Amino acid sequence: MSDSVTPPLPRPTSLRETPLGQWHAAHGGRMVDFAGWTMPVQYASIVDEHLATRSSVGLFDVSHMGRLSVTGPGALDWLESMLTRKVAGIVPGQFRYTLVTADAPAPVVILDDALVSRDSDAADGTPRMGLVINAGNRERVVAWLRSRLPATGVDLVDHTLDTAMIAVQGPKGVDLVAGLSSEGDGTRIRALGNYRGTTATVAGHAAAVSRTGYTGEDGVEVTVAAVDAVAVWEAILAAAVPLGGRSCGLGARDTLRLEAGMPLYGHELHADSDPFALGLGLAVNLEGRTFPGRGALAVLKAGQPERIRIGLDLGSKRSAREGNPVLGGAGGEIGVVTSGSFAPTIGHAVAMAMVAPAFASEGTVVEIAIRDARQQARVVGLPFHRRPPGGGKPPAAG
Amino acid sequence: MLKDVRFAKSHEWISPVAGGVATVGISAYAVEALTDLVFMQLPAVGRKVKAGESIGEIESVKAVSDLYAPVSGEIVEVNSTLPDHLETLGQDPFGAGWIVKIRPDDPANIDALLDRAAYEALIGSQPH
Repeated sequence: MSDSVTPPLPRPTSLRETPLGQWHAAHGGRMVDFAGWTMPVQYASIVDEHLATRSSVGLFDVSHMGRLSVTGPGALDWLESMLTRKVAGIVPGQFRYTLVTADAPAPVVILDDALVSRDSDAADGTPRMGLVINAGNRERVVAWLRSRLPATGVDLVDHTLDTAMIAVQGPKGVDLVAGLSSEGDGTRIRALGNYRGTTATVAGHAAAVSRTGYTGEDGVEVTVAAVDAVAVWEAILAAAVPLGGRSCGLGARDTLRLEAGMPLYGHELHADSDPFALGLGLAVNLEGRTFPGRGALAVLKAGQPERIRIGLDLGSKRSAREGNPVLGGAGGEIGVVTSGSFAPTIGHAVAMAMVAPAFASEGTVVEIAIRDARQQARVVGLPFHRRPPGGGKPPAAG
Repeated sequence: MLKDVRFAKSHEWISPVAGGVATVGISAYAVEALTDLVFMQLPAVGRKVKAGESIGEIESVKAVSDLYAPVSGEIVEVNSTLPDHLETLGQDPFGAGWIVKIRPDDPANIDALLDRAAYEALIGSQPH
């Protein structure tokens, strides 16, 4: 056995804790350092948490993600000038997946992937915008955005530390949260399309509720004030447990997003990634728009990528892991694994990889070098797991 | 039986020698710490191993861990049904969940490993 089972070393005291951090530690959460935060990787079994989310509902503390508000009369137009995704035309309550790119002729510099939203307008009709960004990129994204703020008309505030975000994911998630709201709020929550949000009172506390998530399941994400986090979390969990739901850690979140074929910054997506090669072309709208890094992205869009993102089905219990080489017919390296794990819903190991386009057709058989072993794998389409039909309407293009 | 087993710092246990052969497994603490075991690779019977050498792998959903030989010797038997029934490791890690049998080059090397009290002090809890 290796060091991975030795008792954990004392953690550096600089780690941040979410408003739910004490709750996790007191309820069996196995706490690990993730992007500067102490977060639960699991409570008991990652597999059980994963399967509960697929069949019923799982609660995830995602308060470590960055939450920014962008307000003021110039907020919408400024974000339109800063993001790869079109923001003009977004309506109140709508969310869009976007990239945050910096100025660079070539190669491209992708600072993060994010969700941009237009929340309910201010009383005078001024749009109020929001951004949700990755924990590990928060400080540099905030610094970058602040450096580009106009002198007046746009206010950028980082609400990460004064709010909490709870992802309630799974086929029973929407109904469960709606049931903890008033009749009117509950009706609005149930009627949300995918990538739509509303304000509501959840378990007696003011909340923003959006039909978004990172698990491939239906569900919502609930943002509340930090001081209300434990009360709202416990109310949702108490309603979830009789349905077979449970609290889940980042381990299950990672296996769920892998099965759903979703890229993760730092693994599939890097600063110099080609988003078109990753299958993220829909997050980049070049048409008649100006934003930082547009020129570099236009070059990538016109070119032929050396490697593109694919799914690999190993059919084995042995997993490929990030960095394992992918080998072609003659044994030469034709790509690299970016994420891999045992996939609990599927029952064996799957992986995402970047490979040469000649090896990317579905059905192609390749080999993965896993330590001393060679494991055959078959190229398959993404996602590995698609939830049954139903739930919210698909997001609108834009 | 548990009172007679010895432990490696890397969480393998090894039984006293009987008929020249000792049984090796991993501690309940290790099984609990790993959780969600999905894959195990066993060594070949007949392989000569040195103490501390990797003789196999145990993989959980999150990570792969090496299994190390607690003493030098020859692998004389492996629990070949275990990889398909990894739940046995959780149910009976010191019994039916045994992993390999080894013929130690020098049975005295077993006595140099941690006794139960020393292992409990290492992990700060009970091994089962």
